Amino acid sequence: MKMRRLIGALILGIALSAGLAAVSGPATAQEDASKGIEQYRKMMAEDPFANPGLLYVDSGEALWKEKRGTNNVSLEACDMGKGPGVLEGAMAEMPRYFADADKVMDVESRILWCMEKLQGLDTGPVKKKAFSKSGEGGSEMEFLASYVSSMSNGMPLKPQLSHPKEKEAYALGEALFFLRAGPFDFSCESCHGTPGSRIRLQDLPDLSKPGVDAQKTIATWPAYRVSTESVKTMQHRMSDCYRQMRMPKVGFGSDAVTALITYLMKQAEGGEVQVPALKR
Amino acid sequence: MKTTIISAALLSLALTSVQATAGGVPAEKLQKIINSSFKDPDKSTEAPATPTWASRLTPDTVQQACSEARNHPDKDLAADMEKAAAASVKYPEDGKLLGDWKNGEKIAQNGKGLRFNDKVDEPSGGNCYACHQIDKKELAFGTIGPPLTEYGKNRDFSEEAIKATYAKIYNSHTVVPCSHMPRFGTMGILTIDQIKDLTALLMDKESPVNK
Ligand code: HEC
Ligand code: HEC
Repeated sequence: MKMRRLIGALILGIALSAGLAAVSGPATAQEDASKGIEQYRKMMAEDPFANPGLLYVDSGEALWKEKRGTNNVSLEACDMGKGPGVLEGAMAEMPRYFADADKVMDVESRILWCMEKLQGLDTGPVKKKAFSKSGEGGSEMEFLASYVSSMSNGMPLKPQLSHPKEKEAYALGEALFFLRAGPFDFSCESCHGTPGSRIRLQDLPDLSKPGVDAQKTIATWPAYRVSTESVKTMQHRMSDCYRQMRMPKVGFGSDAVTALITYLMKQAEGGEVQVPALKR
Repeated sequence: MKTTIISAALLSLALTSVQATAGGVPAEKLQKIINSSFKDPDKSTEAPATPTWASRLTPDTVQQACSEARNHPDKDLAADMEKAAAASVKYPEDGKLLGDWKNGEKIAQNGKGLRFNDKVDEPSGGNCYACHQIDKKELAFGTIGPPLTEYGKNRDFSEEAIKATYAKIYNSHTVVPCSHMPRFGTMGILTIDQIKDLTALLMDKESPVNK
């Protein structure tokens, strides 16, 4: 099974670089990337195991089951919200409130929490290297988030908004989505508030209202990005959009990001989880 | 000068109610979350230390008003905002509003500036193509703003239109309060010279925009 995935991904990688070489020339990097995606899709229709993101899922599964930290235990007893050790459907119901932490947490912050509390791992370095750099082939967080999220594949997003802290996170997320700040006066809504608009040639999903745009967008992270040839997570997406907004660096697992993801999940309610998706 | 003070006062008057809430969440609470969530780009575990970064955490009065109104300010607030925006526009001392359209095209193409991974000693671009079609030869244009093709031609290259264009780029809220377009001059993104070059890109008869 693992071998098959690996071979599929390797063949695809080769086919893709050949494909990209063929379309280079005056074409922009964006055109290259969209041709690349087309090619990936075609190959994945023939062989679903060809998605290179699946390598992250496999690495994540291995890491999840590895005994680590001062407590020398695996993450298998971690409670992602559906009870200790239950991963099926967990991501589809996150962010959610966790009584043990008295906090609303998304997939990535909860994984970090379990590493610290369950395994007794020093999570400083994990957090610092949460987003892998190009050529590094992935980070521990990217592996684990891909694995945990993939265990919700095929399930509809079911936002959790019954606990007062979940309600508060949603309200804060909504306020943040519309809050204009920084020298360019941008808010998330500046770029994600109108259906069918684009920046340069990049299509922008409208995330300001519930619907298909939000469902397709939010239910598909972590995603393998053809443009960076690596898997990126939802925390990374938020961080990169805040960079485009000219804001300072938003903290990994910060309350602002949790609130935004809570809001986006509600917009995407009912969307079917399909990860790791393939994106530009 | 006097009008600046008056309209600023009017604006802050209109804004006192805004401070109380932002989308149903107490503004104070929202600000606390923002302050604790953003880190200094250079020391990524600490709060933003330099004024450049720290100042971005607190929305200015215009940003607060527009966020609260979801960018549809009521008539009175809109009128106050237009006045304040117009008062903020600084014109070149020699009165010449048309710069070099060739340079304007470069500024319109350039999307760099003021992000934490940008070089601080390079001038920022306007990134106009992110949102507008401008020179028809450039196919990679965005659609958040209206097309600006044949902009000057459509306005008969009039002196009045040149001045309005300069002011629009300097502070987009002069005409459309709470516009999605950045306030390039007022917020210090672009210099007066850069805004002159962009005005020329749109309003010069020789610019490809008008061919
Ligand atoms: C200046 C424009 C801009 C702003 C402001 C902005 N974004 Fe984005 N956003 C983009 C672009 C462009 C992309 C596509 C990125 C790519 O494909 O490389 C994107 C992608 C996304 C995606 C993923 C879309 C997908 O296809 O999966 C999400 C989710 C998102 N943004 C949310 C946000 C949130 C939340 C905010 C505010 C914190 C925000 N964005 C602010 C431009 C922006
Ligand atoms: C983030 C998006 C965005 C960017 C970047 C942007 N604009 Fe705009 N622009 C808009 C929107 C939206 C409008 C329409 C609303 C308005 O008039 O403010 C607009 C309107 C305009 C108008 C008035 C058009 C008319 O028909 O009256 C001009 C002129 C203009 N922009 C020029 C520029 C120039 C020059 C730049 C670059 C320095 C620029 N814009 C960058 C979004 C943008």
